[in-house]
Amino acid sequence: MLRWLIGGGREPQGLAEKSSVQTVGEEQTQNPYTELLVLKGHQDIVRFLVQIDDCRFASAGDDGIVCLWNAQTGEKLFELHGHTHKITAIAPFSSSDAFEEKRHLIITASADRTVIVWDCTSGRQVQKVSCFHSTVKCLTVLQRLDVWLSGGSDLCVWNRKLDLLCKTSHLTDAGISALVELPKNCVAAAVGKELIIFRLTDSNNESEGWNVLEVKRLVDHQDNILSLVSVNDLTFVTGSHVGELIVWDALDWTKQASECNFWDSSVHPDVQPEIKLSQSPNETSVQHLTSDEEYVFAAVGKGIYVYNLQMKCVIACQRTAHDSSVLHIEKLPNRQLISCSEDGSVRIWELREKQQLPAEPVPTGFFNMWGFGRANKQANQAAKKMQENTPMYFLELVGDLIGHSSAVQMFLYFGELGLATCSADHLIILWKDGERESSLRSLTLFQKLAQNGDLQLKL
Amino acid sequence: MISAPDVVAFTKEEELEDDLYREPPLPEEYSVPLFPFAGHGANPWAKVAGSKFTRDFILISEFSEQVGPQPLLTIPDDAKVSGTFDLNYFSLRIMSVDYQASFVGHPPGSAYPKLNFVEDSKVVLGDSKEGAFAYVHHLTLYDLEARGFVRPFCMAYISADEHKIMQQFQELSAEFSKASECLKTGNRKAFANELEKKLKDLDYTRTVLHNETEAQKKANDKGYYTTQAIEKANELASVEKSIIEHQDLLRQIRSYPYRKLKESEFHPYEPECALDRADAGCDQDLAPSDPAEPGETHLYTHIPSYTPKLIKAKSAKCFDKKLKTLEELCDVYFFTQTLDQLHHIERTFRGDVCYLLTEQISRALLKQQSVTNFLFEDVSFLDEKPPEKQYRGCQGLGQDAMDGKCLEESLTPKVVVSLGSYKSSVECVPIKMEQEMEDSEEPKMSESVTSEPQENLDYLDADIKGSISSGESIEVLGTEKSGSGLTKSESQASLPVMPSPQAGRSKVGSRRTVSEDSIEVLSTCPSESLIPEDFKASYPSAINEEPYADNDDERGLRFAPRLSPGIADEQDDVSKQESLVQVDAACCIGKESPNFLEPLPELGQKPCEEDGVVRIPPQPYRAAEQGLRGGFPAHDSVPGGLLPYELDSRYLSGSREVSKSSLDECSDSTSYISSAASTCSDRTPSPAHPACQAGERHRKRAGQNALRFIRQYPFAHPAIYSLLSGRTLVVLGEDEAMVKKLVTALSIFVPNCGVYAKPVKHWVTSPLHLVDFQKWKLIGLQRTVSPAGVNVLHALSRYSRYLSILDADSKTLRCPLYKGTVVARLADHRTQIKRGSTYYMHVQSILTQLCSKAFLFTFCHHLHLPISEREPEESVVNRRMNFLKLQLGLANEDVKIVQYLAELLKLHYIQEPGRGGSPLLRFDYVPSFLYKI
Repeated sequence: MLRWLIGGGREPQGLAEKSSVQTVGEEQTQNPYTELLVLKGHQDIVRFLVQIDDCRFASAGDDGIVCLWNAQTGEKLFELHGHTHKITAIAPFSSSDAFEEKRHLIITASADRTVIVWDCTSGRQVQKVSCFHSTVKCLTVLQRLDVWLSGGSDLCVWNRKLDLLCKTSHLTDAGISALVELPKNCVAAAVGKELIIFRLTDSNNESEGWNVLEVKRLVDHQDNILSLVSVNDLTFVTGSHVGELIVWDALDWTKQASECNFWDSSVHPDVQPEIKLSQSPNETSVQHLTSDEEYVFAAVGKGIYVYNLQMKCVIACQRTAHDSSVLHIEKLPNRQLISCSEDGSVRIWELREKQQLPAEPVPTGFFNMWGFGRANKQANQAAKKMQENTPMYFLELVGDLIGHSSAVQMFLYFGELGLATCSADHLIILWKDGERESSLRSLTLFQKLAQNGDLQLKL
Repeated sequence: MISAPDVVAFTKEEELEDDLYREPPLPEEYSVPLFPFAGHGANPWAKVAGSKFTRDFILISEFSEQVGPQPLLTIPDDAKVSGTFDLNYFSLRIMSVDYQASFVGHPPGSAYPKLNFVEDSKVVLGDSKEGAFAYVHHLTLYDLEARGFVRPFCMAYISADEHKIMQQFQELSAEFSKASECLKTGNRKAFANELEKKLKDLDYTRTVLHNETEAQKKANDKGYYTTQAIEKANELASVEKSIIEHQDLLRQIRSYPYRKLKESEFHPYEPECALDRADAGCDQDLAPSDPAEPGETHLYTHIPSYTPKLIKAKSAKCFDKKLKTLEELCDVYFFTQTLDQLHHIERTFRGDVCYLLTEQISRALLKQQSVTNFLFEDVSFLDEKPPEKQYRGCQGLGQDAMDGKCLEESLTPKVVVSLGSYKSSVECVPIKMEQEMEDSEEPKMSESVTSEPQENLDYLDADIKGSISSGESIEVLGTEKSGSGLTKSESQASLPVMPSPQAGRSKVGSRRTVSEDSIEVLSTCPSESLIPEDFKASYPSAINEEPYADNDDERGLRFAPRLSPGIADEQDDVSKQESLVQVDAACCIGKESPNFLEPLPELGQKPCEEDGVVRIPPQPYRAAEQGLRGGFPAHDSVPGGLLPYELDSRYLSGSREVSKSSLDECSDSTSYISSAASTCSDRTPSPAHPACQAGERHRKRAGQNALRFIRQYPFAHPAIYSLLSGRTLVVLGEDEAMVKKLVTALSIFVPNCGVYAKPVKHWVTSPLHLVDFQKWKLIGLQRTVSPAGVNVLHALSRYSRYLSILDADSKTLRCPLYKGTVVARLADHRTQIKRGSTYYMHVQSILTQLCSKAFLFTFCHHLHLPISEREPEESVVNRRMNFLKLQLGLANEDVKIVQYLAELLKLHYIQEPGRGGSPLLRFDYVPSFLYKI
């Protein structure tokens, strides 16, 4: 296509290398997203999207503005101004039963060292806290305890009224990069290479007082922990910058399994070490993790890996799922997986079971990864190193969404309503199922006709 | 959008017929008559060869008190236009039927000269010998130096086509009224100025005389007056009298009921805003205000400083002095405004009547299609209201608001109108003998709205009297009052079909008459007919409008034309009288009734032969009805829609022998042929509406370019398909002019997304972004070799799934495959069409078909929603596809076109009025192919 446009001959060198990324072609019958709405409202990179309720979501980014959107119509409900610097964390906080009607709040933390609580119904700022010594980098709401935690250079516990209940001592200058709730009133915080387990305990004197205690420090990771995700009540998973994936027991905080460099070519005997050295750490960093009961899905460098918790091994992978780093992945209910990347594209994958073929040549990881090998389609959909008796899986690309002109930071899956993606090009795009939208419009049309009384024959 | 090729299909080629008649016939208002002599090599526009001018023009004439009728100027101001046509002679003709030589000097019972604010008269005259027919608009201007202070003028629209004048009478009348109003406004201003100066002169003269007299008195101690002194005293007395007279005149001119102009949004410096007089009158009645309006003083108080002169006792003989020119009479500003308006009229009515009517009909029809018309039409030009619409709307309102008595009356007709019934074509040659009716036949005539036309003609013959000054061929074809009271059903009715135009036309000697006579013969202007008898009697020769404000009776009458039986008799008389006049009004108006749901009987009566040839040319169509339900009632007594002269043998026995190509020629260039062969219309194609003249030119050019495009590029079809299915087409090229040309050509295929401008961007140099595809569906893009250019190409390549790319330099196209049939009809590279505007119309007609399909598809309930609750979604989808493919006959990709249009319709319909719909981009995951020449 581009070659045709440019007119052949002088083809830029860089373009040829892209051929290693699987492409799906122009005909994407399984891609339901045939309609899009561009939502404009931000003036800088949009980094966060959070769902508020069934049809609303909030977006936030480097311009310090929080926007509330209607996911069905794409209408901007509110533009919340309050932060002077970029927003570093955002968390939804819907009220518990204590209140008569459900109140939707969102908490945002910003580089201006403030945290603001917003009311999503009125679009007003409920409260603002500005007593932080450092930027809050992560926010977690413990719905069960009706408290929320902010993680910066220290960990603070707040109640709904924004009273500071307790805080830890200064942990590190780098600060807490991720927080996850664990059973038994525990939280795991990723602080640099360490994983610290805190426990919240009732303070004796006050009715609503909590104490936070450091319970354990886990130092199994070689490099900074980038991603932290809770799989179920028994398990949580961490991923680090150099590509370690560790599965932890959520109750006793022991290492259940670890996959070190499982995407790395070093597992294969035929890999030359010098090639490995040239690999930049970015290529193997675990950017994002998501999971369902069965699998953990890891966005590692440009690739996507599916790790089976039961078998404790990677069952399928797509080494170069995107042209550059995958920033966010999410599992859909229908065995589909969506990933977005710095290359500005969003891809929809499906985990499929492959018919066992006898004597299938296992492609070499090296060639596969670097794309120097023969353009073997099978190789691209590589299903890797399976034991003989287990079914083979592979990730099939079923569609891609191209719209953003810059890195897609995050996306939010709204089920039937579609998919919202946010990007460094300051835009949010709402991808919708064209068929469904069309029939919804028909419905609205006939409702309006009936309303206007145009359905009756005028006499 | 109802275009010639659409119609042409009716006429030719045996094999074509079969196809055509399988389809349901077109509504009749879309069709034009076959020309009967087409087979003999003649052309339909050659019928009137007798006239000596080449195109329609406007003539302004004056009945000069010094030299008699004389032409002043023509518009266009070109000697070629009038050719050998004798303007002097024709001026004599048209001025000699002026009824309003009105008043001279002092009316009985009045001590001072009285100014008369006379309504303009509007008549249609024909001079068959000259082959000229004219709409003549008489008006009177004031001139202090003129006899009786009045200068009669007339403006005439002269055409060789009698039908044109008759059928466009309403429009002409409305437009000329504006021009006249402008002239008269300026004239009143100038006249007031003149009076002020004269008063100052007189005042000065009086002072001088007074001083002289005093001096004489002092010098004269003899105790008796010398003759000289007596002379001076007489002179002084006469000056004093003159002052009083002039003051009175000034008061009169100032008290001209200005408020009516003001209230109807009339702005003295904007002649376009001047509304119809009837309109103004209606407003006046709504809110009668005190005579002393600040506005009028404002208009007249601005007087430059002036040094008075001494006035000689004996003024010069009237033949010695030079009369003021029209320009001087009216103030230069108003004069030029009037000329502008007249030029505007000339442009508006340029061209063949068929074209004008078709255009009017299509505009009116389009306006009704509010659900779909935004797609391919320039909605802004539809929004513009034709004058008669405003005027009627105002009337309707006026009636409702004004008179309680009318309400119950108007309720009944309301129901009738909301049936959606339209007027059928009614046309007659209305010559009314009002006098006769007044005498004896009043009761009869009030019912005889539908009486035999022949009867009326008899009256006509019987009643022609008066001094015939120039005995021959002036034909008074019809007249009109400008319709003050079309508010009741009789007013819409008209005389039944005239047997033949010849019978309808009666030779009437032109004559110089006093107004009363001519009113009756020529029919009237509105206010006069409405003036109660007794009032008329006191001013027999003219009507002073001043009493408007304090004459309640009259107001009531004007707007309660249908009075309940209890109303006093004399009022009844007047209303009857009025209704007669209204008959006149209606007679001149062709009414059209496109009733799709329920054809009215009169539609059926249109003469359609078995072969389906429709012989009636399109009739002027009044758009206002539907929108203004209840404002005025329907007519229920119109027997039939036949136009007498349209039954003329010329239209009968249509032979259908014209070859395909020549048909194309005909349809291609109607105006060309007509100008070449006859005098009946104009060399240039008539602009449908002045507002869209620029648009017209643009269309022509776009059509021409599009024609070239489809001939040059074999892959025109997929490109056009892309546009119609909402896929953005990027025209890529280095040469800006070439790209823009292509974009212009292709823009006629781009459906609008809303009522905003077309989603077309002619020239872009920066890389495209997704947002651009939302906004624009056709983009001209610059190709450069610079690094920036590479970015542009990268963006194109990235978003290629949303785009079709036409490379203007290498003549390639990358876009999805198209295998449908609609575009093939739309853009046949072997088309015989040669002219851009014709091709444009062809495109519009096919796009209209598409629109109608999209409309059907969108608004069929069961195609989108399940019939029963249990019905699965799949069966609805199946039904939908079946409908598209079988019922609408769409093949392959054509389905997508209609679906896209339907989506636009939906969005347009459900969109909240206040807020612009969020722009969404729909696309398909379909493979693209590369086309090369």
